[in-house]
Amino acid sequence: MRAIQYAAPRSLSDAVAILQERGSKARILAGGTDLIVQVGENVRDVDTLVDGKRIPELMKLSFDPVTGLTLGAAVPCYRVYEHPEIQSHYSGLVDSASIIGGTGIQGRASVGGNLCNSGPAGDTIPTLIAYSATARIVGANGERTVPVEDFCTAPGRNILQPDELLVSIHFPVPPAHFGAAYLRFIPRNEMDIAVVGVGASLALDDAGTIVSARVALAAVAPKPLYVPEVGYFLEGAIPSTEVFAEAGDIARSLVTPISDMRGTAAHRKHLTGVLVRRTLQRAFERARA
Amino acid sequence: MATQIVSGKTAITATINGETRDWLCEPRQTLLEVLRDTLGLTGSKEGCSNGNCGACNVIMDGRLVNTCCVLAVEADETEITTVEGLATPDGLSTLQANFIEGAGLQCGFCTPGFLVSTKALLDKNPNPTDEEIRWWLAGNLCRCTGYDKILSAIKKTIAETNAS
Repeated sequence: MRAIQYAAPRSLSDAVAILQERGSKARILAGGTDLIVQVGENVRDVDTLVDGKRIPELMKLSFDPVTGLTLGAAVPCYRVYEHPEIQSHYSGLVDSASIIGGTGIQGRASVGGNLCNSGPAGDTIPTLIAYSATARIVGANGERTVPVEDFCTAPGRNILQPDELLVSIHFPVPPAHFGAAYLRFIPRNEMDIAVVGVGASLALDDAGTIVSARVALAAVAPKPLYVPEVGYFLEGAIPSTEVFAEAGDIARSLVTPISDMRGTAAHRKHLTGVLVRRTLQRAFERARA
Repeated sequence: MATQIVSGKTAITATINGETRDWLCEPRQTLLEVLRDTLGLTGSKEGCSNGNCGACNVIMDGRLVNTCCVLAVEADETEITTVEGLATPDGLSTLQANFIEGAGLQCGFCTPGFLVSTKALLDKNPNPTDEEIRWWLAGNLCRCTGYDKILSAIKKTIAETNAS
């Protein structure tokens, strides 16, 4: 790896001051499982790594039954999927956090890092969108909160300004009769990048009718893709295999995948339909449970 | 500004295999480089350098990590177990002995990673199912054994530990 500089601030204000001084070549280091490899392979133009793991807000993980879940941007995946309240209230997030890399990667890699890496195939991002999660961003000019579906802009790019960092991701408390899930297709059983990934959530009323639904897709567009049209279609519907299959058809009509070494565009379109149906089915089973 | 920005060599202290170790390193050096080239702990191997193969796995503060994806400066004040920490002065650990006896290795390059990764698993879950073992070891690649003999060596270790 070429020479870089490193800082480990203990506070948000120190981190922002460093980002402000260093400009666009400074980058926050969370788990490092993407970033250190990218710097080593010279595919990210970075000269300063600002370690976020000594900043308390970035390592915070707390659930409040009234306000919801706050997930610090640098909290590693294992803390997410081992957290009892995440297991009971946000099982879709467990789906995502437990399939990123292998055990060693999950010991370091964070959900916030996955979001900031902004890969089109990021396994947590569709799930965050399905949960209506918001990103808390702090910078030199103060603070802002942005829905996750508005965070990524292009492959590897997002809305963060050079002086800004992601502090945490906030998840609202799931309503009654709510379920969410994430499924991806990869050619092997584990340790791979999604050919297609689907995050979906459903909320039902007491009679079992869908009152709201959110679906987002990985690896079928230049960025993780929120498809509100699928949610609009599902609202008011009675859950069934046929309805979920039709939702898959709608999603398939909205994606713009590319062909690459992981799969052809046609294969990805086909998978989108199949996985949307299956993910909705799983979310429905959880909502009903 | 309160936080120092490090560009040159910086002093790091960590506990490695129960011993306090100090070293000087640059921010660009991975923990794997420092373990092998500075501290002489060459058991951890450089397979892929991008987190795919697990040959560089160590246990850091109780968690399995890929040292090719950790900067050496990030290891300050941590506690680390490398493959060199598995044996005792009296001999190999049961797990290591069973890898040899059961031919859980051929070329041996991936073996340190498998041993450390398995230790991390058994520390956390002393009686994993076959499926749990295979999932846990998904981040460790072996191009020789086909994994079955590795699994047998681990299961034999579990059985012996339970019997003792």
